Amino acid sequence: MSVDRPRMTRRVPLSWGRAHRAIHRVVRPAFPVDASAALASAGPLLPYGMGRSYGDSCLNPGGTLIETQGLDRWIRFDQEAGIIEVEAGVTLADILARLHASALPARHWFLPVTPGTKFVTVGGAIANDVHGKNHHSAGCFGSHLLSLRLLRSDGTVRICSPDENPDLFAATIGGIGLTGLILSAVLQLKPVPSLWMEVEDIRYHSLDAFYALSAESADWEYTVAWVDCLASGTDLGRGIFTRARHAATDRAPPPPRLETDLSIPIDAPCFMLNGWTVGAFNALYWHRAPAMPKRRIGSYEPVFYPLDAIRGWNRLYGKAGFYQYQCVVPQGNAGAAVPALLRAVAAGRDASFLAVLKKLGNRPSPGMLSFPMPGVTLALDLPNRGVRTHELLNLLDQITAEAGGRIYPAKDGRVSARDFQRGFPAWRDFARHMDPHFSSSFWRRVSAPVIEDRTGC
Amino acid sequence: MLKVAIFGATSAIAQAVARGFAEEGARLFLVARDPARLEAVAADLRVRGASSVATAVTDLTETAGHAALVEAARNVMDGIDAALIAHGTLGDQRAGEADAAVMLREIEVNLLSPASLMTYLGNLMEAQQHGSLAVIGSVAGDRGRASNYIYGSAKGGLRVFTQGLRHRLGRAGVAVTLVEPGFVDTPMTAGMPKGSPLWATPARVGADIHRAMKVGPAILYTPWFWRPVMLAIRLLPDAVFKRLKL
Repeated sequence: MSVDRPRMTRRVPLSWGRAHRAIHRVVRPAFPVDASAALASAGPLLPYGMGRSYGDSCLNPGGTLIETQGLDRWIRFDQEAGIIEVEAGVTLADILARLHASALPARHWFLPVTPGTKFVTVGGAIANDVHGKNHHSAGCFGSHLLSLRLLRSDGTVRICSPDENPDLFAATIGGIGLTGLILSAVLQLKPVPSLWMEVEDIRYHSLDAFYALSAESADWEYTVAWVDCLASGTDLGRGIFTRARHAATDRAPPPPRLETDLSIPIDAPCFMLNGWTVGAFNALYWHRAPAMPKRRIGSYEPVFYPLDAIRGWNRLYGKAGFYQYQCVVPQGNAGAAVPALLRAVAAGRDASFLAVLKKLGNRPSPGMLSFPMPGVTLALDLPNRGVRTHELLNLLDQITAEAGGRIYPAKDGRVSARDFQRGFPAWRDFARHMDPHFSSSFWRRVSAPVIEDRTGC
Repeated sequence: MLKVAIFGATSAIAQAVARGFAEEGARLFLVARDPARLEAVAADLRVRGASSVATAVTDLTETAGHAALVEAARNVMDGIDAALIAHGTLGDQRAGEADAAVMLREIEVNLLSPASLMTYLGNLMEAQQHGSLAVIGSVAGDRGRASNYIYGSAKGGLRVFTQGLRHRLGRAGVAVTLVEPGFVDTPMTAGMPKGSPLWATPARVGADIHRAMKVGPAILYTPWFWRPVMLAIRLLPDAVFKRLKL
């Protein structure tokens, strides 16, 4: 005797950075047929998946969150064509487990694009139009989306695809949950020779070396660099360049990694991550990498999801939480902007042991508010130390904006309306496709009226 | 491959158990009241690896149909190796205190209907000389409490019923398991405040049940820590218990 109407509860949901805390009304439809009743809740409304967005784009204080974790069923899996249809709350981890179990010796399917964690929902991957280490060849998650079903607060279900409701399709991809509730999606998987990866880690000494490695890795599908962002002077931008590709091997699929017991059960004390400990870690980590590139064959999990091995790693930043900053600057201006960003971070002496640099490709993003553009993207974590952290982030915003770049809404919890609107000129067009009853903390901030305080801007 | 019948198949816990069996390639027979939700669950389990999934739409409080329903499950799958009875309601205790009709309805759904199903399933498994029969009870059935003794008495009735049935069917090699979940974060408990570490996910509880149905313990507390907790609660003298607000 299932419950017919989803009931409301009150909670303090967290985003991954744990820096924003506010009470929310929460409803969790158990089935797609329950979702329209959930959308009748007091607004404004916002879908919430696994809470892996870092800032406030998945939060909606004063409104209602529609949790999608109950919408976690498969609808179909066409094993010949590699097409899957799933409800929006299905996670990438769930999809990978199924791809493992159904792999045949001569046929392996894989996610066409995956972000750095598999604990995200398909709905969330669409709403943030996530990208991965193969952006330069494969584009974004939305580039592989065949269609989706979108429930609007007026009770209608819109089928959206490149051919049907194409504008709403483009608005929903990267639309940070604001165009309605995604009920289900059809996704084209990618055939791969096996579920094993061929991987190389290359220690490099400078930004020029990073660009050279990016350029010479054309036949590697996945590339990314970890950057020692406390290094400065001649060491600026040094790091470890990782490149990987699906290996052609007859070996049986690697066993899926077991549910890990390694977890951070409590908030770490606030002094644990500071300039000294992280500086030491970064230097050790960089020196530990072999000076000569070493090739290895391994499972895809440590390549794509190194941090998924430690559940709740975000609690390492203590009770105050942390901010992640990710921006992209266009190719033409990257030469000046990337060193400027890295110098600002290094000068801040603020801990960041997760800094990542990647060259993005030219494939156009399908969404109106998709983050990627051809250029270079930098992502880093900063512990929340209040005003000091905000000042550094504002400085990074300024460098990004002046280079004609933009920040990634999925990571953001504090960008100004002015910088957002400059970075995403399509935002007004996008707003016309929003569901009138949907909103988020992020959106209320970045869509606020901007009074220009400088002439010529 | 196992042939598994699941009654109340659209509940969150039942879905989690069914996924475990589906991933092993089991044949499934699913029963629930709502056709759209049931079809969504069936499609999911097919993709997850079930060899076959058959469904039946019925209101399980209509006990007159139980004999035919169990017979249908047996015919479709050519036997039933394991069965899970997972339907139930968590009614409004206050409403049941004021109105006996509400109270009786709660007993009907949570005790009479499962007991009726177990009668037919038990007889079938006894005849085939094997089987694992599990029913979802509750820690609320271990001791009556002011806050939910109506629901608790129905679940407590299941405790004695399964105890006797287990005694009777043990000789035929049939396991009868009473599953006692604690607080599980499901649509049934959606209105309740959460956040304490006592709450478990349906996935965790479902994995425990799936594992237990192959072993056939008498009582499965899930998560495990409810066993010592409920032992302590059962052993408290009445004089002390009466003062507690539970």
